[in-house]
Amino acid sequence: MHLFPIILTLLLASLVPFGAGAADAETVEVQDPYIDLHSGPGRGFPVTQVVERGASVVLLRQRTDWVKVRTDRDREGWVNRKQLERTLTPDGAEVRLPGPAPDARVAHRWEVGVGAGDFDGADTVAVTGSYALTESLFVRADVAQLLGDYSNGWLGTAGIGHIFMPQWRVSPFVSIGGGVVYVEPNVTLVQASDRTNSTAYAGAGVRGFLNNRFLLQAEYRQFVIFMDTNDNEVINEWTVGFTHFF
Amino acid sequence: MDRRLHAFLLNAAVVAGACWAPTAAHAEDAVVAPAETPQVVEPRVARRDVKVPSIDTENFEAGLFVGTLSIEDFGSSFLYGGRIAYHFTEDVFAEATIGSARAGKTSYEDLSGSAKLLTDSDRQYTYYDLAVGWNALPGEVFFGGRRAMPSAVYLTLGVGSTNFAGDDHFTVTPGAGFRLLVTDWLAAHLDARDQLFDSDLLGKDKLTQNLQFSFSLTAFF
Repeated sequence: MHLFPIILTLLLASLVPFGAGAADAETVEVQDPYIDLHSGPGRGFPVTQVVERGASVVLLRQRTDWVKVRTDRDREGWVNRKQLERTLTPDGAEVRLPGPAPDARVAHRWEVGVGAGDFDGADTVAVTGSYALTESLFVRADVAQLLGDYSNGWLGTAGIGHIFMPQWRVSPFVSIGGGVVYVEPNVTLVQASDRTNSTAYAGAGVRGFLNNRFLLQAEYRQFVIFMDTNDNEVINEWTVGFTHFF
Repeated sequence: MDRRLHAFLLNAAVVAGACWAPTAAHAEDAVVAPAETPQVVEPRVARRDVKVPSIDTENFEAGLFVGTLSIEDFGSSFLYGGRIAYHFTEDVFAEATIGSARAGKTSYEDLSGSAKLLTDSDRQYTYYDLAVGWNALPGEVFFGGRRAMPSAVYLTLGVGSTNFAGDDHFTVTPGAGFRLLVTDWLAAHLDARDQLFDSDLLGKDKLTQNLQFSFSLTAFF
């Protein structure tokens, strides 16, 4: 709760340096027969200008797959990244604009996702991140908030996993890891104290690529909560999530 | 196919021969003047220099919002908060939102005069939301005859947590909004969202709908 004003202040502070514009603009020479300049950063915006091969344009800013350019006649418009892939810099180098490579599905390193699910009856909101060591081996870290009827809490885990068929559109995967679970019983209940326990999990899931940037995944993990008493607790977790990879 | 292969092999032989001959002829020279070693094979493939231009990529969007939140049973309150979004493509974005409002009184509290359902600190309504958004209707808005601004009507669906009445609630938030790009980097939004969560505050579990209308200013960076 006390974090709230701090986060808000940080957000506000981050607004200050905006709007500085593109000071370090770059000039490139068009190599395609022509490029289309749209009125906005999207495929549906009308084409208002055409620049032909050999002409030069100044790159101003990029938003997702669209680059704002200025022609030598001082007209501005948005060009798709793909049309600019074959432009050249004045000294003849090819221009490569940030964006997913054609082989991004197997060649990417990072994944960031959000998900929701069920942890032993409690609803969960999860943020996950992973880094690929090889095409099929990855390390991951997850943080989830647990929101139950009788208790709330947090779950933080780290683990390692294996994707069986990284080149397939839909592939199963498994992972194991460990972490910490913090549980806080609801205030309306009889006196019960907060508790923090370490935990270990083994899980399996399925992931499917939507395109060169997103995938959906569904996962089941079984947790063993190491209790202070001798009887460890076994808990099932189900999660579905939306993941961006890059 | 065969003929092509033959032609290729023949060409290769000719090229190899042509390359060999001068090398052999200059072999003695090379010993004398090693600095002038001639190029043995002229590469046919032009070297590809690749350069990533240093231009601004503006896929993040952050800003603040103000609005009104109707907290079920507790009337409408002033709402404020912050949002940060990342635009993956022209169609899809992800957004994290935090917001806060202060709940008013229920009708029961107002009528009874003195009874209080919640303490002052429990009336604080704070939430976060992680959402995925889709620019369903991108377009342009025209002002007069000379100005056109890119705009989009978008749909969002988020999950998150709401802290209210001394408890955290799992919250699902469907919403819709309208974004207008006033300049290349400054955007104005109008948003309508419904925060749905189960509450047992009044003794029985029920699904509460908490409607939110807000206006926000955001900057792309």
